[in-house]
Parts: sequence; structure tokens; C-alpha cells
Amino acid sequence: MLNNFVMPDLYPAAPELFLATMACVILLVDLFAGSRRRWLAGTLTQLALIGCAAITFLNYGEAASLTFSNMFIDDPVSDLLKLLVYVSVFGVLIYGRDYLAERDLDKGEYYLLVLFATLGMMVMISAYNLLTLYLGLEMLSLSLYALVAIDRDSPRATEAAMKYFVLGALASGLLLYGMSMIYGATGTLEVGLIAQALQDGIANRTILVFGLVFLVAGIAFKLGVVPFHMWIPDVYHGAPTAVTLFIATAPKLAAFAMALRLLVSGLFALADEWQTMLMLMAVLSIGVGNLAAIAQTNIKRMLAYSGISHMGFMLLALMSGVAGRDVDPMALVNAYSSAMYYSIAYVLMSLGAFGVVLLLSRAGYEAENLEDFKGLNKRSPWFAAMMMITMLSMAGIPFFVGFFAKFSVLLAAVAAEHLTVVVIAVIFSLIGAYYYLRVVKLMYFDPPADSAPIRASMDMRVLLSANGLAIALLGLFPNALMMLCTVAVLRSL
Amino acid sequence: MNSSLLSLAIWVPIIGAIPVLAFGSERRELVRWLALAVAIAGFVVTLPLYVGFDREFVGMQFVEMAPWIPRFNVQYFLGVDGISVLFILLNAFVTILVVLAGWEVIEEKVAQYMAAFLVMSGLMNGIFASLDVVLFYVFFEASLIPMYIIIGVWGGPNRVYAAFKFFLYTLLGSLLMLVALFYLFLEAGGSFNLLEWHQLRLGLTPQILVFIAFLVAFAVKVPMWPVHTWLPDAHVEAPTGGSVVLAAIMLKLGAYGFIRFSLPILPDASHALAPMMIALSLIAVVYIGFVALVQADMKKLIAYSSISHMGFVTLGFFIFNQIGIEGALVQMISHGFISAAMFLCVGVMYDRMHSRQIADYGGVVNTMPKFAAFFMLFAMANSGLPATSGFVGEFMVILGAIKHNFWVGFAAATTLILGAAYTLWMYKRVVFGAVANDHVAKLTDIGRREFLVLALLAAAVLAMGIYPYPFTDIMHASVDNLLKHVAVSKL
Repeated sequence: MLNNFVMPDLYPAAPELFLATMACVILLVDLFAGSRRRWLAGTLTQLALIGCAAITFLNYGEAASLTFSNMFIDDPVSDLLKLLVYVSVFGVLIYGRDYLAERDLDKGEYYLLVLFATLGMMVMISAYNLLTLYLGLEMLSLSLYALVAIDRDSPRATEAAMKYFVLGALASGLLLYGMSMIYGATGTLEVGLIAQALQDGIANRTILVFGLVFLVAGIAFKLGVVPFHMWIPDVYHGAPTAVTLFIATAPKLAAFAMALRLLVSGLFALADEWQTMLMLMAVLSIGVGNLAAIAQTNIKRMLAYSGISHMGFMLLALMSGVAGRDVDPMALVNAYSSAMYYSIAYVLMSLGAFGVVLLLSRAGYEAENLEDFKGLNKRSPWFAAMMMITMLSMAGIPFFVGFFAKFSVLLAAVAAEHLTVVVIAVIFSLIGAYYYLRVVKLMYFDPPADSAPIRASMDMRVLLSANGLAIALLGLFPNALMMLCTVAVLRSL
Repeated sequence: MNSSLLSLAIWVPIIGAIPVLAFGSERRELVRWLALAVAIAGFVVTLPLYVGFDREFVGMQFVEMAPWIPRFNVQYFLGVDGISVLFILLNAFVTILVVLAGWEVIEEKVAQYMAAFLVMSGLMNGIFASLDVVLFYVFFEASLIPMYIIIGVWGGPNRVYAAFKFFLYTLLGSLLMLVALFYLFLEAGGSFNLLEWHQLRLGLTPQILVFIAFLVAFAVKVPMWPVHTWLPDAHVEAPTGGSVVLAAIMLKLGAYGFIRFSLPILPDASHALAPMMIALSLIAVVYIGFVALVQADMKKLIAYSSISHMGFVTLGFFIFNQIGIEGALVQMISHGFISAAMFLCVGVMYDRMHSRQIADYGGVVNTMPKFAAFFMLFAMANSGLPATSGFVGEFMVILGAIKHNFWVGFAAATTLILGAAYTLWMYKRVVFGAVANDHVAKLTDIGRREFLVLALLAAAVLAMGIYPYPFTDIMHASVDNLLKHVAVSKL
């Protein structure tokens, strides 16, 4: 029997294996380090991410390779997304460090959970089999549930974690159910074979569409789009801000990868069906997200609703791949690379926005109301400018990356002749501009309510500045990132 | 022909704003002088554009082209013709005035104030110089940010409302335009090159739909009746410098959009919808003229007068004859000088009295004779007195309108009465008569800085009124070409 075992090629999964090893090492190190050498876990985590980045970077751009009996894929899209996941997790760790230390939450568990969540995302991004995908998703989700509840004395955080867990478990169940339907119809769990089976037309379409509905629901939950968005505001609000920052950034990239893998690589033959579903969700998300955000007084909730609308925009591109009867490969690349570009831009902006919220929070004080931003320009003109850049970018005003993200998404949607949807999206983004401008107004037009000086460690200052400047520079020179996404999608499809 | 003059015109003020910001608001004197130096440098680099402009050559000059976003075939494509070059000069000139006008008046956050104006100046030069549509759009929308900040931070009591209204109103227009731009991009086979778009063939229905999308964007900016309501609010709340830039340059963006986009890309729709445009323009001229008559606030009055004058501009464009379009362009430049001057005059009084209500004044001539003389000149120019620049543009447009249709010309000509009525009546109530109260009695006449600013404008207004040839000469070939182009159907 042993003869049948073929040693899988471990090379494509090298970053995952490295990270898993490092996570175990950190677990042990933290156990023996004791509370006085707490910094050790944090530093090692950052080093682990840098190591992963180096590994991924070294084989960046290589053609797709499958391993573990075709359960795992390493292609240009996954490389690019993973690199961005490392960057954003790295940012999360630095932005959140002081916040967590002041609240005595920077224990080893935090770093481990972040690492395992990151590992989960990487597995999700590289999954080429429904089971691998589910495995990654659960690894991410379970870590996130625990992270939300990491401040166990806070009733609000516990409540948020409960909500997140119950709804998340339900969504996982839906996803799993959908997967079982797909398996029933096609007889396989492998993404490539599913696509093949659909193309051959041997699968029962009714069962497929039935399964598709559940899959889309599962994806929508992870992305946090209407009508599966209920958890977003509560979890963003309830979780410690450093954890909110984490939930609001990298997992969106993983969820995007999941959508791309399942819908485009796997169920492309059903594009007509899922494009309609995505359209509905996109319009609703952009509408509900932007309208509800106006009513918020809490910046975390506001950013939560804004995130819902941003994910709606991303779906706008994802649903624009196929227009009419014939499939135009160029249109596919345009649409999916725009969706990817949008997700990346969103993660960058979200990182910056929550980063400033964390900057304003101090020991025993949560800067989470919009009022806390009053007069920031007086207190710190530099960081007020960074926040302004972030907010205007989210509103889609040039010269910032958010504008070009919207630009490419809307262009893809117009090319797919979704003119009505585009006009609706545009009108809601006008409404959305209001609440972003309100933050600018609070920072610039109003006198400060709080005159406490802004304290932050050097690396946070540097990183936050780099974050803001990146949003501006990627807007002045948008081509590079656009091309990265385009080439990755082109080579992976 | 490759030069980097246009790039300099755009980026000198913007890059110059960085050291201004870096010095911070603590060192006010230094920041002011630095801002002035940047503004003057920004003006100096635009002078070769006028001197070196080839008046015989039809087409774009000082062209620069480099790839910007090859992914979507977007280029960093700059160039000017006889129409746009004047606005770049005007803009650079007004920036100097604005820096001077805010000299002692702005006490708070001086560096940010100056930097905002410098950045805006660069962005607006970018709008006039862009020949790539995405580049144009990006500048067009980005210019909202500094204005929003200027109104919101240094504005009057109701500044927040005005800033939001300004921003959201204009954003609505530009977003709809964006959708139309995408449509044209796809029709043009994946090109954002404006000059190629001018040659694009389009059916009448798409032309009309795109025209309407453009109309929303540009009409808000002009502003045309009935989407003008943001302007009085913005003007009243903005600081003097903000009002000056808003009236002198920003309002021209909409009209410039018509002449650069709507007319050449959509000639058939422009002809088909010309009656509507003429009607809207006449409503602006006549109705808004009456509205101006009843204003109690000087800035509001000038704001309404601006809307009325801009009605002339859109009227001139849509009667499709040479004298009409040239008159409209002259009117745009002249209005740039006159409205800037009028807002500066109100600013001079406001700095001393902290009131813009006409009723609070009276007999200003007794305490501020030099100022009253300047104000007189500008008031006359605003009402279109011959030998001032205000007369030239209006006269040409009225001539063109009478050529087009007598009654249109007749309705337009009523502005000569209305304009004189609201401007001179306001002037009479504010300046003449006995000294109205103790505050007026304590007024001091204008200082050297204010004198310089007003004298520069007075010289411009008179020069353009007496000898408009240098202004019309430069635009002649381009307007001729535009008219020929618009006359050819694209169906």
C-alpha cells in the first residue's frame, strides 16, 4: 500500500508550511518566554510574515502549479493576494500593538490567532478543492471568532463574538450544503473538474443552481454584502479596534479569492445565474451601505457600512465578466482584474482609516465616535491630512487610489452594458461622499474637543504615513498596481 | 513641437505648495512671501504661452504627451489652443491677486490657506490644458477638494452648509459625466484622446443622451438656471479669496466644458438642443438679473450678477456664429477680471466692517475716496459701460444673438438695463449719500497692498475694454476652426 503514496510537491505550498511551522514555534516560545518577554511573540510573528513574503516573492509570477492531488494551487493571482495579505497583516500588527498593550491584550494568543487566521486566508486563496477551501475558511473564521472575544471582560465584545459565531456558523453550514449539492451534481470536489463537468453538460442543472445559491450566500456572508451583512456593523463595533482593523482588511482579499475560485474557475458555466445574483447584491449593498452609513455616529460602524458598500462595488466588477452570449476573454480579464484591484484598494484604505482610529485611541479611551475626530487638523495636521486622503479616496475623489478603483470597476460594468446599475451605483456613491466629507469637516472645520497630544510609536507613525502616501501615490501613478492585477488575472484564468 | 511649459504651469504651483505647507502657520510672514513668490513664478511660467503662441496655427500647441495609465490607454496629454490658453493666463494672474488679497486678512492657518489656493491654481491649469479625457476629469474633480476646504475652514458662519452644498452639487454633475465618458470611451474603440473624440461619429439619440449627461455636469459648474442655487451660498460663505477664484475661474470650467466637449463631440445634439440652451441662458440673464436686484447682501448680489453674466456666455455658445462665440469667450475673461474685482471690493469693506449688508453702509465715499473710485470703475464695468471689458463681450454676444434671432437679441439686451440697475443702485446705496453711521465714519481708506491689487485689475479691465484685439486675435483661428467643425454633422 505504501507504494501508492506519492510524496506531494511541497514547493507551491512553501509559504503555508513555513507559516504553520512558525506558528508552532511561536506557540512554544511564548509558553516559555513568560509575561516579561511578551514582545518576543510579536517580533517573531512579524518575522514570520516577512519570511512568508520572501518565499512568496521568490516564486512570484511563476505559472500555476497544482499539488496535494490537485487540492492546492499556486498561481499568480494567489501570489499577489498572499503578498497583500502579508502586508496588511503586518500593518495590523503594528497599528494594533500599542492599543493592545495599553489594554493588556497583547498576549501570545493574539499573535497566534492572527497567524492562524492568516494561514487560513492563505489556504483559502490557494484552495483548488472545495474541501481545502472550507478548511481554510474555517481556520480563518474560528480564529476570528476568538479574536473578537479576546477582551473577555468586555460584554460588548463577547456579544459581538457570539453574534459573529452564530451567524458565521450558519453561513458555513450554507456553504457546506451548497458544496454538497455541487458534489452531488458533478461527482467531484475539485474546482477544475467541476468546471469540466459543467462544460460537458453532464451535471443536473437544477441541482447545480440550487447548490450555487447556497455557495453565493456563503461567499456573500464572508464578503459582508447585503442581505448577509447583519453581522458587520455589530462585529466591527463590538470587537476591540485592533481586531476590527484585522477583520476589515485581509479577510476581504481571501473572500475575493474564494469568490473568484468558486464562481469563475469552478462554476463559470453558470455565469448567467450568479451574475444576476451578484448584481442584486451589489445594488443592495451599495444602496444600504451608503444610506445606513450616513446615520452612524460611531466611526467603526460608519466604516462597517462603508465597507459593505465597497464590497458591493467590487461585486459590480465581478458580475461584469460575461455580457450577452459570447465570452470575450478581454472582458473577463478587465472585469476580474478590476474586482481584484478594487479589493486591494479597499484593503489599503480600510487599513489607513482604522489606523487613524487606533492612533487616536489611548489607554482607557476609545476614539470611536465621529466627534473624536473634531479638530484633528489642529492637533496633528499631518495625520489629519492622512485621514483626509483616506476618506476622499474612499469617496472616490481623484487623485487617490479609490477613484481609479471605482473608475476601473465602473468601466467594466459599462462595457458589460449594465448602464442602469452603474447610474444607480454612481448616485449612491454621491450620497456616500457625504459621510466621508463629514469626517473631513469634523477634522478641518470644527475646533478640537480634546486637546490631548497624539502619542504614537515611531514605527506606527512611519507606517501610517506610508499608508496614506501610498493611497495618494497609487492614485497619481495607478498603472503599476492595475497592471499587476491584470497580468495576474490574465495568467491565472 | 514638444515643450514642458504646460507641465510647469500645472506643477509649479502644486509643488510650490509643499514648502509653503512645510513651514507651517507659525512663521506667517515667511509663508506669505513664499506663497507670493510661488504664485508669481506660476504666472511667469505661463507668459511664454502667450508670447510664443502661434496665432495662425489651427490646433493644439505646446503639446506634451506621455503614457500615464497604459492599462486603459490614458495619456498625460496636454496642449492648448487659442481658447484655453487665455484661461491659463487668467488663472495664474488671479492666483497672485488672491495671495495678495489674503495677506493680512487671514490670520489663522496661513500656510494651509495659501497652499490650498496654490494647489487649486495648478489643478485648474490642468483642467484647461488636458487633452486626455481622464486627465481632464481627474483635475476637474480634484479641484473640488481645495475649494471645499477653503469654504469650510475660512468661510462665514454658515460655511459648513455651503461647503457641502458646493461639493455635492458639483460631484453629482461630474459623476454622471463620468458614465458618459465611459460610453464614449467604448464607442471610440478604447481611446480617451479628446481630439479623437472630436472626430467620433455618433447617432442622434446617443448624442442627445451624452449631451444631457454633459449638460448636468457643466450646467452645475456654470451655473445655469435652475441648478445655480449652490453659487450664492458658496459665494456668501467663502472668504474673499475663495469667492474670487470661484467667480473668476471655477465658473469658467463649465462653459469651457461646453466648448471643449459638448459642441465639438456632439454637434448634432448641440444644434438640436440649442433652443433649450438659449432659453435657459435667457432665463439666467433676465430672471436672475431681477433676482439680483432685490438682494440685501452685496456678495449675494454679485453672485447673482455672475450667474446672469454667465448666461451670456452660454447664450453666445449656442447661437453658433463667430461673433457670438468670441463674444462669449471675451465675456468669460472679462467676467474673470470684473467679478474678481467686485468680490475684492466687497472684501475690502468686509475686512473693515465685518458686514456685507448693503443697509449697513452709506456714504463710504466720504471716508474712502480712493476705494470709491476703484469701486466705481468696477461697478460700471459690471453693468457693461463702453470702454470697459464688460461692454465688449456683452456687445458681441448681443450682436451675434440679433443675427441669430432678433427677439433673442432683444431679451439678451435687457441685461444692459438690468445690470446697470442692480449694480449702480447697490453702488449708490453703499457709497454715496451722507455717512450712514459711526462705523462708516471710522473707515480708513485702502492701503498700498489693496491699492496694488485693485489697480492691477483696473488696468486689465480698461485695457480689455479699450483695445480687446490682443484677446480676440489669439482665439480667432481656434474659434473659426470650432465653428467649421460644429457645422459638420456627425450623423
